Amino acid sequence: EQVTVDVLDHLEHLALVDFRNAEGVERLRKAVQFADQLHEVNTEGIEPMDSVLEDRCLYLRDDDVTEGNCTKELLENAREKIEEYFVAPPGNIPLPKLEERETFLQRS
Amino acid sequence: RSQRDARLQVSAALKEGRVSATELCQRCLSLIKSTGFLNAYVTVAKGTALKQAEESEKRYRRGQPLGVLDGIPFAVKDNFNTAGIETTCASNMLKGYISPYNATVVQKLLDQGAVLLGKTNLDEFAMGSGSTDGIFGPVRNPWSYSRQYKEKAPPKSGSENEESDWVITGGSSGGSAAAVSSFTCFAALGSDTGGSTRNPAAHCGVVGLKPTYGLISRHGLIPLVNSMDVPGILTRCVDDAAVVLGSLAGHDPKDSTTIQDTFKPFELPNLIDVRKLCIGIPKEYHAPGLSSEILALWSKAADLFRDAGAKVIEVSLPHTRYSIVCYHVLCTAEVASNMARFDGLEYGHRADMNKSTESMYAATRREGFNDVVRGRILSGNYFLLKQNYENYFIKAQKVRRLIANDFVKVFASGVDILLTPTTLSDAVPYVEFIKEDNRTRSAQDDILTQAANMAGLPAISIPTALSKRGLPVGLQFIGRSFQEKQLLTVAKWFEKQVKFPMIQLEVKRHDCSVFQHQKSVSFL
Repeated sequence: EQVTVDVLDHLEHLALVDFRNAEGVERLRKAVQFADQLHEVNTEGIEPMDSVLEDRCLYLRDDDVTEGNCTKELLENAREKIEEYFVAPPGNIPLPKLEERETFLQRS
Repeated sequence: RSQRDARLQVSAALKEGRVSATELCQRCLSLIKSTGFLNAYVTVAKGTALKQAEESEKRYRRGQPLGVLDGIPFAVKDNFNTAGIETTCASNMLKGYISPYNATVVQKLLDQGAVLLGKTNLDEFAMGSGSTDGIFGPVRNPWSYSRQYKEKAPPKSGSENEESDWVITGGSSGGSAAAVSSFTCFAALGSDTGGSTRNPAAHCGVVGLKPTYGLISRHGLIPLVNSMDVPGILTRCVDDAAVVLGSLAGHDPKDSTTIQDTFKPFELPNLIDVRKLCIGIPKEYHAPGLSSEILALWSKAADLFRDAGAKVIEVSLPHTRYSIVCYHVLCTAEVASNMARFDGLEYGHRADMNKSTESMYAATRREGFNDVVRGRILSGNYFLLKQNYENYFIKAQKVRRLIANDFVKVFASGVDILLTPTTLSDAVPYVEFIKEDNRTRSAQDDILTQAANMAGLPAISIPTALSKRGLPVGLQFIGRSFQEKQLLTVAKWFEKQVKFPMIQLEVKRHDCSVFQHQKSVSFL
């Protein structure tokens, strides 16, 4: 059983979204089961494909400033701001551990 | 009258002064209002649309229209940024978000003088195949209110409400498809990652074009899967799609994944000779669950080409059945990455949680995303875990190459165009559709469209015929990379042969009188 409570907890930390209920957890289990079908395919000697345009050169433009000075527009959509700063709550505080935070997984 | 007859003749009407751009805009706005029950539009930009129409009218009076699209009303799926207009992706995460810029494709249409009527409804963040899972509710297929559908409905007992009969548009660009299908606009933008433009096009009886990946700029299209997303074009006929494509295609310095080759807009010939063509019929597209009706139509279509002198052969794309699984892994993985930007700091919803950055992000995302989105993010993160990366993500990328190679081999063997069904069946009633969950539905419905996204190939769905239930069925053509001209030429020929009927929409006016909407009466 790959999808243990530890893995689920780890995923909630990484994704910063919650499973919310048994349905959410079941959804993941089904998704993994579905994905397992991939292992039926023989990919011996096959290189992974990142992009269908892999045979072409990515466009790179010159390192010239062509736009900017739109602080006002960019701040328009932020809820919390002070002068020209986006305001965030204190960082470097990890999400509470499984036992301490409100999560459906506690009851698993 | 067939749908094909009423193409951008409206352009000619504008030029000749038979209708003014403002009148045209007003009629569309009025129709949007009277078809509000379809729930196709999320935002109607009435003020700006009328202003744009006025500007267009001035240009026509001076004899200086910007082009064929000047004054033509269009709609845009609500996952494209539109300056000054709310862009929500049908999600609480972006409710109230007013875009500070126009997506390149939107800007290009506006630069041609086209009139932006509004933003259309979709599945939340374009995740879904029904246009049922957004915060604004489901989109209703206009064909649910057509005489053709109503005639075929089984007789009802007195108490049954026709309300429960309405069918879905398909998705996720259902709002755009419904908008075009119900005549509220002449063209609409959708997006296509797994079939999201072609699927609703097939269900709503309109043309849905998925261009080659890299042909049209994605700048301003809120990304789902960067390696597969493309803007899609929805119109009522192939010629219109070619016109819109002409104004959108080409390199965009703001999107480094657009190819640098110069794109030459083209007009499609009126006389088309299919005798030199080789049409491939991929046998794996006879997928489990394909309705016998659609199978028969597909076969008839193949005969049509054969009878006209084209070479029609069966081909094989052996990895077709793994496309959906492959997509499932790659899509969720890219989604996990793309959705990480929604944290409440710079735009969008922000939760009232200030203990720490992480807890604020978590609360914001908890409140902002629906189950479907959260589910895909979590799955994606699972496949990207160190212990799973090789076995799932890299594995899927390898399978992707196999799928893309299948197409390369077939096209290299002399096949010009592939002909396949677009969907497994005609549109199902909403009450049926919601019995299965989003992921299951998407997996079922994307089966015939997804592989083209995997390989980056251009594909188009053409309305072919009405089903036994009086609903549209579309067939799909898949072409070679960047060979849109050939693809659209073949599609146009096919469109001419099948003469898909015009929808006879029965819409109640405010004064409760029922009238039949004929495009010829309203717009020319």
